[in-house]
Amino acid sequence: MEEKISFFRRPAVQTILASVLCAVLGILLGYIILLTMNAEHATEGISAILTNFFKFSGNTKVLMKYMGSFLVKSMPLILCAEAILFAYKAGLFNIGAAGQYTVGIIASLYTSLALGWNWFFCVLAAVAAGALWGCIAGVFKAFFNVNEVIAGIMLNWIGLYLCNIILGGAKCMDQTKSETFDIMATNPSAVLPAFMTEFFGGNKYTTIAIPLTIIIAILILVVLNKTTFGYELKATGHNKEAAKYAGMNAKRNIVLTLVISGAISGFAASQLYLTGMEHYTISASVPGMGFSGIAVAFLGGLHPIGTIFAGLFVEYITLGGQYLNTNYYNPQVADLVIAIIIYLCGFVLFFKSFINRPGKVKVNANAEPANTSAKAEEKEV
Amino acid sequence: MALLIQYTLISSAVLILVALGGMFSERSGIINLGLEGIMVFGAMAGAMVMVLAPADMPKGLIVVLTIGAAALAGMLSSLLIAVACINFKADQTLVGTAVNMLATAAATVIIKAFNTVRSNGTDFSAKLDYNRGYKAFIIHTKYIDFNWFEVVALVLLIVATIVFYKTKFALRLRACGEHPQAADSVGINVYAMRYAGVLISGFLAGIGGIIYIAAANSTWHFDYGVAGAGFLALAVMIFGQWKPERIAWSAVLFAVFRSLSNVYTAIGFLHALPISGTVYNMFPYIVSLIVLAFTSKNSRAPKAEGIPYDKGAR
Repeated sequence: MEEKISFFRRPAVQTILASVLCAVLGILLGYIILLTMNAEHATEGISAILTNFFKFSGNTKVLMKYMGSFLVKSMPLILCAEAILFAYKAGLFNIGAAGQYTVGIIASLYTSLALGWNWFFCVLAAVAAGALWGCIAGVFKAFFNVNEVIAGIMLNWIGLYLCNIILGGAKCMDQTKSETFDIMATNPSAVLPAFMTEFFGGNKYTTIAIPLTIIIAILILVVLNKTTFGYELKATGHNKEAAKYAGMNAKRNIVLTLVISGAISGFAASQLYLTGMEHYTISASVPGMGFSGIAVAFLGGLHPIGTIFAGLFVEYITLGGQYLNTNYYNPQVADLVIAIIIYLCGFVLFFKSFINRPGKVKVNANAEPANTSAKAEEKEV
Repeated sequence: MALLIQYTLISSAVLILVALGGMFSERSGIINLGLEGIMVFGAMAGAMVMVLAPADMPKGLIVVLTIGAAALAGMLSSLLIAVACINFKADQTLVGTAVNMLATAAATVIIKAFNTVRSNGTDFSAKLDYNRGYKAFIIHTKYIDFNWFEVVALVLLIVATIVFYKTKFALRLRACGEHPQAADSVGINVYAMRYAGVLISGFLAGIGGIIYIAAANSTWHFDYGVAGAGFLALAVMIFGQWKPERIAWSAVLFAVFRSLSNVYTAIGFLHALPISGTVYNMFPYIVSLIVLAFTSKNSRAPKAEGIPYDKGAR
């Protein structure tokens, strides 16, 4: 019995439990929503979301092809989440990731379609564009004390309109179809190198984006936990004043964090748009990738590796929305489920302190340290 | 020029109400990033009333019901934030973002389902058409068209200013945003005050939402949400230093820039400039960034905003 309690009190176990609970509750609420929309087909609907592309499991080749596309779409989502997580560890809420992702789209598509660059330089351009956008938010935060959330949101919209202006031109956009040219036909050298195409049933979109994303997640894990820089970031995130007192350069750290976070977001855009799978169309709203990234980062327990699994899950549910029977439901139900899951993530802290609540008071002197250690764990989240 | 004034009045009505909502919430200690989402909920409820109102309903009743429904929906949706942030001590930024996503997704799902049922499965769009309700709000005068919404916004601005400066309630609310422990020690119920702050913000943002979609348009695509108006209002609030009269002035300033994107084609010299119309869309955001850079340095944000109130903390 004693052992079991300590198992549940382990922070990692609690984080995983909390995330799974959020996901399950979210799906359950999604089911209830389907029930209220059309009770007769609700079970069929939720199982369509959950079965997803596994309904092709009879045919391995088709299944693997769908699996490949699913992975390709998940990677930018995971990268955006990593970007948000990285900034969050330093106490910054990078809601501007959506805008950094958008300028990443501009850079990767403009360099590849209009300038005809090689993929490597296109990716670099996207990274630089994202970093620049992050840098602007960082400078505003560090030197002008502008809340990074507000600055990020303003930059999101500026980025979106810039994107519409730049990519809407005749150089990048097929004016008759009103979407950007097919990168595979226009400039094949800009397409990312393929990765395990055979394994994924000849899916032509599976590229090195998949291994690169995993490498970046591991890199972030190492930087955050094993380097002085990561330590400084986390210290600044925990207590800015204390970090300053300890001789850390808080302003530099803020700018640098947002630059890196922006670079990852920009990179994320290049990893989707340079596969040729996605074309940009003029849009009236900021691409949702950056916002879904927030969901993924929190669902992943703000852990770089947990984020990978959370990203796969969120993308799986989003994709599942397309398998709904449109006669009864619309695909946005899946977005709704994801929004509910993020909302529920807000309760994770409560959930953890509920598990960690001090048991029946034995001796007063004993209860005190147990309580504070539980609090310290909460703060770590 | 008349057109510019007309659009400016509408935009400032929206920004004033939503920014005042943000102000009440932040003064009580809760950062309400979900304003955008609350606006969507308010807009949806108001638009539904206008669509469903029977054809022989008097105009006055439509006006009252629409605004009432929007305010109610706003308050209900703000409870999502209140419960999570006050009772469950959730991260306010995260919950606000979640409410924004939830609102757009929910509005799209609900309106699509509504349209599908209403059209017997021929219309799957997330668009509502409320031309008749839209007309009910317009007051024609010789030079420019006024709108009942502007009257409502003006009245609410005056009421909010008086409440904010002249009542015991607001003094207590502000105390909870500055130093909740001190407020608690003199017998103020911090949780109740924060609930009041968030609910007022829901009330105002809900009305702001319906004005945003219905004052200048007779149809709305709900999959667009409200295109960042809620966040613009937050910028207005910061520029207004969390004070109602300053918020009103800054809202008008922002509204002018926002309206330029709607009416620049009608203004000769602006139209002649070789600038794409999209550039004007960027204007309010660029201006607010620059303005924030100059005003945030000495910002007087409520001290305890964003920090969940914990009775046991010292």
